[in-house]
Amino acid sequence: MSARSNTAGWLYVSPLVAVLIPFFLVPIVVVLVASFLEHDGYGGMIAHFTLENYKDLFTSELTLRLYLGTIKFALLTWIGTLLIGFWIAYFLVFHVRNQLLAIGLFLLCTVPFWTSNIIRMISWIPLLGKQGLVNSVLMSTGVIDRPLAFLLFSDFAVVTAYIHQLTIFMIVPLFNSMSRIDKRTIEAARDAGASRFEIVRYIVLPMSRTGIALGSIFVLSIVMGDFFVVKVMSGGGSASIVSALFEDISVLQYPPAAASAVVLLVVVVIMIAAILRTVDIRKELGR
Amino acid sequence: MGTETTTPATGIEKADAADTTVDRSKRSLLKGAAATAGVAGAQAITGFPLIWAQEIKDIELRHVGVSYSVVKAIGDQASKDLGFKVTMQNLDTSAAINRFVTQPNSVDIADVEGWQAKLATKRGVLQGIERRRIKEFDNILPIFTRGEIGGKVVSRQGISPYEAMYITKPDATDLHEGVTDWMTFLPQVYNADSIGYRPDLIKHPVTEWKELINPKFKGKAAILDVPAIGIMDAALCFESAGEIKYGNKGNMTRKEIDFTIDRLIELKRQGHFRATWTTFDQSVQLMAAGEVIIQSMWSPAVAAVRVKGMPCIYAPVNIKNGREGYRGWCNGMALMRHLSGKKLEAAYEYLNWYLSGWQGAFVARYGYYSPVPSTAKKNLSPNEWAYWYEGKPSKDVILDPYGVPMEKAGALRDGGSFMERVTNISCWNTLMDEAQYMNKRWNDFKSA
Repeated sequence: MSARSNTAGWLYVSPLVAVLIPFFLVPIVVVLVASFLEHDGYGGMIAHFTLENYKDLFTSELTLRLYLGTIKFALLTWIGTLLIGFWIAYFLVFHVRNQLLAIGLFLLCTVPFWTSNIIRMISWIPLLGKQGLVNSVLMSTGVIDRPLAFLLFSDFAVVTAYIHQLTIFMIVPLFNSMSRIDKRTIEAARDAGASRFEIVRYIVLPMSRTGIALGSIFVLSIVMGDFFVVKVMSGGGSASIVSALFEDISVLQYPPAAASAVVLLVVVVIMIAAILRTVDIRKELGR
Repeated sequence: MGTETTTPATGIEKADAADTTVDRSKRSLLKGAAATAGVAGAQAITGFPLIWAQEIKDIELRHVGVSYSVVKAIGDQASKDLGFKVTMQNLDTSAAINRFVTQPNSVDIADVEGWQAKLATKRGVLQGIERRRIKEFDNILPIFTRGEIGGKVVSRQGISPYEAMYITKPDATDLHEGVTDWMTFLPQVYNADSIGYRPDLIKHPVTEWKELINPKFKGKAAILDVPAIGIMDAALCFESAGEIKYGNKGNMTRKEIDFTIDRLIELKRQGHFRATWTTFDQSVQLMAAGEVIIQSMWSPAVAAVRVKGMPCIYAPVNIKNGREGYRGWCNGMALMRHLSGKKLEAAYEYLNWYLSGWQGAFVARYGYYSPVPSTAKKNLSPNEWAYWYEGKPSKDVILDPYGVPMEKAGALRDGGSFMERVTNISCWNTLMDEAQYMNKRWNDFKSA
C-alpha cells in the first residue's frame, strides 16, 4: 500500500522533476563548478580549483557598492509597488460590489502587459526627457524655467520604470488573498464600530499577508536579477549586480561571472527564505 | 599629418598596384600548396556549371554578427547571385563572441572584429581562410596586407586588422605578423569613429576630442558604454586635453587604466555626462531628443540624426601633434572550423562574392568602406564615388542603401575623403591584456 502511494507520489512530481533537473539543476551545477575554475583570459576555463574568483569578489569595494545600489532599487520599488498594488487590490475587492466588474477591472490592469516590457520601459523616455511631455508641460505653464534633468537617466527614472513594470506582480497575489477574506468578518467589524482605517489595519492587512509575501518575492527577485531597466533608464549612469556580471561575460571571463552569479543566487535565496518565514504559504494557499 | 585633403582614387589604386607586385613575387614561393578549390574557384558570380548549381541549392550558410556589419539586404542579394541560401543573424558584440566560442557549430560564417578574430583563433573555433582562394586578395588595400596606406604606417595602437589577420597554418592558434597563406578573417567593412555634435548649439567647429570633456557642455555630453572601446574614446579625450600621454591607448597599463577611470568618475560626479549609450539607436535617440549636444558617435548615426531634420556634424579629428585621431574598427568574415566539403566551397564562394563589389557599394552608401574599393567603385555612380570616397561635394541628391534621400545636392561628407580619414586613425578597437581589471574599473565608473 505504502509502496504504491510512493510510486504514485513520484509519478505526480515526475513532470516537474523532468523539467527542473535539466533546465534548472544542471545549469546551476555547471555555474557552480565554473565559479571555482581558473581562466586564461581568452574565454578558456582551466580545470584547476581556485577560490580566487570569490576572493576577488569579497575583497572588492565594487561588490559592496553594486549590492547597495541594487538593494536600494529593490527596496524603493518594493515600497512603490506595495503601496500602489495594495490599494488597487483593495479597491477591486472591497469597493467594486459587482464581482464580474471587479474581475473585468482586474483584467484591465493586465492590458499594458500585452506589450513587451521593453516597449513599456522605452515609452517613458519621450515622456520624461529634457524635451519630453512632462518637461514641456511644466515649462509652458511656467512652473519651471529650465527642464528638470532628474526625470530621465536617473534613479528616479529607474524606480519609476520598475514600479510601472512590476506593480501587477503585487496586484495579482494581493487580489487573490483579499478575495479570500470572508466579507462577513468585515461587516461584523463595522457593526462592532470599527472605522475603515481600523478594518484595514486589523483585518485586511493581516489577512492578506500571504499576498504581500508572494508579491514581494516576485518584485524583489526580479529587481535583484535585472540589468536592462537599470541600463536604459539610468542612461548607463548606474550599474547593477547583473550588469557588472554581464560585462565579464562580454569578454568571456566566465569563472568570475559564475562566482558573482552564485553569490547573487545565495543572497536572493536568503531574502526569499526570510520573507517565507513570515507566512506559512502552504497553509494559507490550502485555506 | 592630417592636412592632406582629397586624395583622388588614383592614389588608392596606385597603392594597390604596388601591393600586387609584392604579392606576385611572394606567390612564386608558394607553389607547394596545391589547389583544392577546383570546382568553385573560377566563376564566382555569374552562373555555375549545372551540376554545381544542383548540388549547392540546398546549402544554407549562417552568417552571424552585429547589425551594422551583417545586413539582411546583403545576404538576400548574395542568395540571389550565388544560388544557395545565406541567412543573416544579428547579435550584439558580446553575445556574438560568446556564441562563436561556446556554440561554434551553430554558426558558419562568424563576423568578427580584429580583436575577436584574435580571441576566436586562440580558442580554436575558426579555420584559416586560404589566401590563394580569395580572388580579390591582390586588390585588398595595403592597410590589410602591409599595415600601411598611401605610404603612411597605419596605427598599431589597439588591435589593427593587419595584426589580427594572418596565421601560418590553417589550425594555428597564434597570430603571425605579415601576409601568409592563411588568414583568420577576411575584412569586409570598416570605418573610423569620432564625435557627433550639434552645430546649432556648439558654434565653433569641433576638431579635438577634448571638446567632449569641455566643462561648457556639462550635463549635455554622452560617451560610449562598451568598456573596451569606451575607455579608448575617454583616453583620446584626456590625451587631447594634454592630461596624459599613453604608451598604447589600445593596451593600457593598470596605471593608465586607473588614471582614465578616476578622471571619468570625477567627470561623472561633476554631472558632466547626461548618459552613456551602448547601441547605434540609443546614440541617435540621445542626440535627436535633445538630451545631449556632443557625444562619441558613429558616422551613420550622425547621418540618421540629420535625416530626422536635426543638424548634426561628425567631427573631423585629424591627428595633430601626436594627439587626436579616429578610433578605427574593422569587421570581417571568419570560417568556423566545422565547415567542410560543399559547405566550405560555398563559404569561399560567399567570401569572394563579398569582395566583388555589390556589398562594397552598399556599405559605402551609409558611409562605411570596403577593403577592395576598386570593385565597389564599379558598383557606385561616379557622383557617389566622388562623395563617399573622394570627399567631394555631391552633384546630386545622395541616396542611402535603400534608396531613401539622405543628403541634398552640394552636400560634403564630414571628415573628408577616404584617405584623409583612414590615415588619421590613431587606434583600433581592442581587447586589452588587462581586460578583466579594466572591466572592473569600468564598473567602478558605472556605479560611482
